[in-house]
Amino acid sequence: MYKKRFDDRKFDELRPISAKTGVVKRADGSAMFRIGNTVALAAVYGPRELYPKFLQSPEKGILRCNYNMMSFSGAGERVRPGPTRRSKEISLVMEKALLPVLDLSDYPNAVIDVFVELLQTDAGTRCAGITAAAMALADAGIPMKDLVSSISVGLVGNTVVVDLNKEEEDYEEGSVDIPIAMTPRTNELTLLQLDGIISKDKLLEALQLGKKACQEIYKIQQKALKESYSVAGGKNE
Amino acid sequence: MNKDYIASLITKNMREDGRDLLEYRKPIKIEYGISAKSAEGSARVIIGDTEVVAGVKLDVGEPFPDTPDDGVLMVGAELLPLSNPEFESGPPDIQAVELARVIDRGIRESNAIDTKKLCIKPGEKVWLVFLDIYPINDAGNLFDAGALAAIAALKDAKFPFYDKKEEKIDYHKKTKEPLPLLDEPIECTVLKIKNGFIVDPIIEEEKAMDARLTVAITKNGNICALQKGGEVPVTIEEVDKMIDIATQKTKELRKVLQ
Repeated sequence: MYKKRFDDRKFDELRPISAKTGVVKRADGSAMFRIGNTVALAAVYGPRELYPKFLQSPEKGILRCNYNMMSFSGAGERVRPGPTRRSKEISLVMEKALLPVLDLSDYPNAVIDVFVELLQTDAGTRCAGITAAAMALADAGIPMKDLVSSISVGLVGNTVVVDLNKEEEDYEEGSVDIPIAMTPRTNELTLLQLDGIISKDKLLEALQLGKKACQEIYKIQQKALKESYSVAGGKNE
Repeated sequence: MNKDYIASLITKNMREDGRDLLEYRKPIKIEYGISAKSAEGSARVIIGDTEVVAGVKLDVGEPFPDTPDDGVLMVGAELLPLSNPEFESGPPDIQAVELARVIDRGIRESNAIDTKKLCIKPGEKVWLVFLDIYPINDAGNLFDAGALAAIAALKDAKFPFYDKKEEKIDYHKKTKEPLPLLDEPIECTVLKIKNGFIVDPIIEEEKAMDARLTVAITKNGNICALQKGGEVPVTIEEVDKMIDIATQKTKELRKVLQ
């Protein structure tokens, strides 16, 4: 039985979070999202013309995500640079997680590039990446119906927890990792993955915890976005 | 902003951002341990709007056959498309390779790392030092910022615990033992535009350059690596002058490293 978390958190407690937008000046929008020891940076470039041209869509713009772990960002051995099957899949699910809130109909033949880099990792990297990317897209002024907030939930042993760290993912009696992303105003899932064995009851319990956690993250995202605008000299709402 | 405008300013001893020709942007900052939970050593360097991070990962592997009792240094750089709208995804292109190699040479040729002390079992097991450099915001002068981040990350690095019996690394147990460093090379890149020399170029100045010379200087003030770039030749007298400039400016950068 997993009765007490390795880092003494409550089962529904997130790790310490910090978030900031406008961290990459050359980008059209950018954000840093840190949760525990996981640090994600996201930068948005675009809308800009998409090459090669055959990829262009005359109806609407395209979202292109690229997830990458820096070579020194893993806790164990060096991560070999360059795309892997894992990073390609994560890039894909990130696109799917973000697309539902974007309206790209004003940008035919264009691409919006989202680059996500992990500086330090301790599980939950795709979720941190999605959360940072959503903030960066908002920072870039891309029309959005909602933000996207993301967190991993799951089982450690047989206990439902939110925001697993690496130690919990590697728990010897087993763990289940369920990365999710939600649109916080409508509480719809835009990312749902699962690794491990879990009953339906536990899954639904975990998703409820995740919903609550996404609301907390949403508040932090909003706060960071508002802060960046007040620094720029704009009027507060 | 066009090249001619930048060049005409420099002939009048002026720069687009109001700096003196031989003045670095401010602030110049180094932050150590930016990936302390993952990397064995890491650092972030900020020069004006330019930001570069570097990280060190250590591993144990076989030495090269011609240097059986020396540890191995491998320097990589990736020009992240996150950092500059002109960079593209994909394997490191020639620009990234040049950046990595020029930084590598400064460290290698100054004997900054005491590679003999990285030997565990001659001919069989030595420490491998992977040093990787990533720009976060490329607002010009990646060479100097990258080289500074690289040496700062090496200074920050601590060995992970190595179990000699099991011949395995425990990355979660970090020792307090730093990398054996003998020198701290600093690089300064001097650009020639028309008849003027500048340091710490912004992107527009890099695009307007005629020639550049990257100079790596050891603690003792010796030159340990040179790289000329750009399409215009330079005279020996100009090289002399550029090295003098670099020698002076690396003294300023060295103070930030301490």
